[in-house]
Amino acid sequence: MVLYLKEFKIKWGMVIDLDKCTGCGACMVACQAENNIAPVVDASDKRRSMTWLLVYQLSNQKLYPDHDVAYLPRPCQQCGHPNCVPVCPVIATDKNEEGGIVSQVNARCIGCRYCIAACPYHARYFNWHDPVWPEGMEKTLTPDVSTRPRGVVEKCLFCHHRYMQARDKARVEGRDPNALAEGDYIPACVEVCPTGAIAFGDLMNPNHKVHQLSKSPHAFRLLERLGTDPQVYYLSRREWVRRQGDNILEHETVEGV
Amino acid sequence: MEEKKEGPSKGAVVVPFLVGFVAAIAFGWWGFPQLLYSSKSQPLNFTHLNHVQDYGIDCEDCHYFRPDGSYAGLPSNEKCAECHSMAMTSDPDEIKFVEEYYEKGVEVPWLVYQYQPDNVSFSHAAHKDEDCTACHPDVGSTNELPPYYENRLTKYSKETMKMKECERCHAKEGASNACQVCHK
Repeated sequence: MVLYLKEFKIKWGMVIDLDKCTGCGACMVACQAENNIAPVVDASDKRRSMTWLLVYQLSNQKLYPDHDVAYLPRPCQQCGHPNCVPVCPVIATDKNEEGGIVSQVNARCIGCRYCIAACPYHARYFNWHDPVWPEGMEKTLTPDVSTRPRGVVEKCLFCHHRYMQARDKARVEGRDPNALAEGDYIPACVEVCPTGAIAFGDLMNPNHKVHQLSKSPHAFRLLERLGTDPQVYYLSRREWVRRQGDNILEHETVEGV
Repeated sequence: MEEKKEGPSKGAVVVPFLVGFVAAIAFGWWGFPQLLYSSKSQPLNFTHLNHVQDYGIDCEDCHYFRPDGSYAGLPSNEKCAECHSMAMTSDPDEIKFVEEYYEKGVEVPWLVYQYQPDNVSFSHAAHKDEDCTACHPDVGSTNELPPYYENRLTKYSKETMKMKECERCHAKEGASNACQVCHK
């Protein structure tokens, strides 16, 4: 038992059905708009672009007519054993709050970028430049999300402010804020997905859809053999997609994949 | 024959030390805060007590929770204008509200004593069972609004709650002290 690890009664998790994902990128756009990520002049410039949620294209590397592609949206995996947390020298990132979301407090971050080096999912981004919003666009900022200055690291927080809002609504309505129903709290990417590929809920709550989905024989997690225990699951009925979720060798057989 | 060396007397050492010590304490505890904070008064003197006692208005009529769980905080001009769309008395503050704010469509720039920085998300809903005056000045039982002390360097209010106070109460009440509970 490592000191910083905690057991949670609630674990917010995603199950992303890669067979439903069309790669449209609406989730990426929704994420940027919701989380006050400033637009960049050239988003193909990867030194400047900020993509808390990034859609990757997977290919089975076969020629037509056997060619097949899949799209894989990658938010922060909210690992059960996060690599980013123990390397942070100032506890700017932590996995301590009920719900299991790995926190990132930009006011505390000193910008050493150890966490970026530690994260095997490339889910963290560094602000090399101050964000600039075109004039008038500052009115579209989400008030419950703090903007980040240059020199700090940022990442997906499963739209944590929406979690806070859902808890507040439950409190005002006299419900238990620690027993949110499915759909009370969903991140922006989940809300916007046109094919409904992303399911979101409490992985520990049997009444939530994700609880069952995560136990599906078609479910897998990214780089599972690293032991990071992510709270993001992927579903695919295609074996080659599941095999690309980890660095599985060509002739290797892995149980469950 | 040895000359007897006359060291400085005891008083000559202690007295300058004491004077310097007292001066430093006075500057640190009294002088520096005087320099650091500017005193501001609210744009209008709102008479809480009169509104509550004479007109039977409840606190929650203006400071209420919205159905989505967020907190309205301060009332807008629209709320005040439900009664004060025209001046009903010759009170200068009331006339100022109508002429300078309501008719020009400018919201009253009330000074919030507890205004938190942008990286803090305080939930009023989570603290609704606490006494308001545990954090806010007790403005409801008086007709005077206390002066607002603004830090000249940071521009924050002197009364803004510090993180250690939040943490202490959370620890005492058994609430979570995880970073993202308060930070956004």
